[in-house]
Amino acid sequence: MMAALRRDKLLSFALIFVILQLLLAIFAPIVAGDPIEQVIMSRMQGPSLENPLGTDQLGRDVFARILFGYRTSLLTCGVAVVLALIVGGSLGMLAAFYRGWFDRIVMRIMDVLFAFPIILLAIGIIAVLGPNALSASIAIGVVYVPIFARLLRGPSLVICESEYVQGARAIGASDSRIVFTHLLPNLSSLILVQASLLLSAAILVEASLSFLGLGAQPPTPSLGQMLSEGRNFLLLNPWPAVFSGFAILFLSFGFNLLGDALRDTLDPRLRNSTD
Amino acid sequence: MRFLAGRLLDLVLVLFGVSVIVFLMIRLIPGDAVAIMLGANTEITPERIAELESRLGLDQPIVVQYFDWISGIFRGDLGTSIWTGRPVAQEIAANIWPTLQLTFLSVLVGAGLAIPIGCFMAEARGKTAEVLVRVGAIAGLTIPSFWLGIVSIFLVAKLMPGSAMLGYVPFGEDPLGNLQRMILPVFALSLPMLANLSRLVRSAMLDALGQDYIRTAKSKGAGRTRVVYVHALRNALIPFITSVGVATGYLLGGAIVIEQVFAIPGLGQLVLGAISERNYPLVQSAILVLTFAFVLVNFLVDILYAAIDPRVSQR
Repeated sequence: MMAALRRDKLLSFALIFVILQLLLAIFAPIVAGDPIEQVIMSRMQGPSLENPLGTDQLGRDVFARILFGYRTSLLTCGVAVVLALIVGGSLGMLAAFYRGWFDRIVMRIMDVLFAFPIILLAIGIIAVLGPNALSASIAIGVVYVPIFARLLRGPSLVICESEYVQGARAIGASDSRIVFTHLLPNLSSLILVQASLLLSAAILVEASLSFLGLGAQPPTPSLGQMLSEGRNFLLLNPWPAVFSGFAILFLSFGFNLLGDALRDTLDPRLRNSTD
Repeated sequence: MRFLAGRLLDLVLVLFGVSVIVFLMIRLIPGDAVAIMLGANTEITPERIAELESRLGLDQPIVVQYFDWISGIFRGDLGTSIWTGRPVAQEIAANIWPTLQLTFLSVLVGAGLAIPIGCFMAEARGKTAEVLVRVGAIAGLTIPSFWLGIVSIFLVAKLMPGSAMLGYVPFGEDPLGNLQRMILPVFALSLPMLANLSRLVRSAMLDALGQDYIRTAKSKGAGRTRVVYVHALRNALIPFITSVGVATGYLLGGAIVIEQVFAIPGLGQLVLGAISERNYPLVQSAILVLTFAFVLVNFLVDILYAAIDPRVSQR
């Protein structure tokens, strides 16, 4: 009982932490000022009432830039994870569903994609598509395709072999009916947990890419780009670099915690595990 | 033996697939790339485009192009850099050492420290110290390593002004200076790996310590140290070794970012420079070389894994 309470506490904490950040991102235009407006008279200021997190080297409000950076980051990574889920998830499920040569070929291709170091493959894709936020989304999405494919293939195999799917087949259910009414609902908690964990990882990858100048391009604010600009003025004004780093950390940490808590709550088998 | 043959076949297939993807990457570049490669200063005429296309072999059928390219790679010819005209292999060789050193040292530190820390967490389970280390491990996973690098530069610059921590000196020229400049980048790069692996060692150790053979070892009078470090650790290390292989890939990618933070002239700088110059043969070859290295590391890890745990090769 105590364990259940503690676990749900963790989940509610993670949810509140994530939702708070989402709300800040959604209502950024109301909560914060203009992230692009330059006030030359107040450059590189520390935190104050007017600029709660200080200003950067061009006199832009760091708080506003971080909230708008949240938007860039969440949008880029959200699109990436959805893309990976749709493409990778379908491939994994269909591979399990059809088996045979289709399964073998698809999983071989996934092995190859999985063989690339993540950032390197993303950099290669962006080199081809040109550096911008959409390319970053596509690059991160492609990199995560094999993860979803591998994740969903195994459980799909088990479900396809189960008696209720065999039964559904026997009474003449169509392929798409089996996929949508039997496979997907049974995989939903697995998908939810993995999506949250991958979002956490994607936020770090997106930040790395935009730190390298391969993500969203100025004037669109992004967290990695703020960190990279702030680095050049570190000794004069550490605030933009420090706060944008914390922002990346909080965002990534929130989704990681949420994924962990969701896994504990949704998967009863893990309730008494050692970890 | 059959296991080894199967692994070798897998290795060849994956390397082939990787090479096809890297090859196609450059073919997928939007059509005006050849015009861009000609540069802003030359007048772009159809003859010049045709000349460059034939120099790059772009007028050949795509399968012929692939075999030309891949057979060149087997001869050590990675093409010529578009701007400098120097062989790409030379440019990569000139920049690869800092990246390899950084990655190698980070794997050493990350994996090396993960074992004692993980064992500590498993042994001291539930104590305050263990809880603190665990929370630290979760934070270590989500701290962006490049931010850690930047903050550590800031702190060292404030606390110990004048210390040399940026750039790179070859080990052969100045071993001490080389290692001194490696401290912060290795720290920043290895922390996420350390966090990840020590958590893994912890749960593997908890798993192993609950097994029957541990009870047997204890009951026949083996000491605590012997039980933990000889009996349990040996078995707990099996999943650990696979993860070190996978983590090496993350480090290779992370090294590219960390190099930017610490102004280390490695492959990261070469690749990023090449992207902004649209020097595609260089980007292509650098990605190919690093990915091959990563695939080979994982192949060796698989073999090692089978040597340690005979059950693997019999499956």
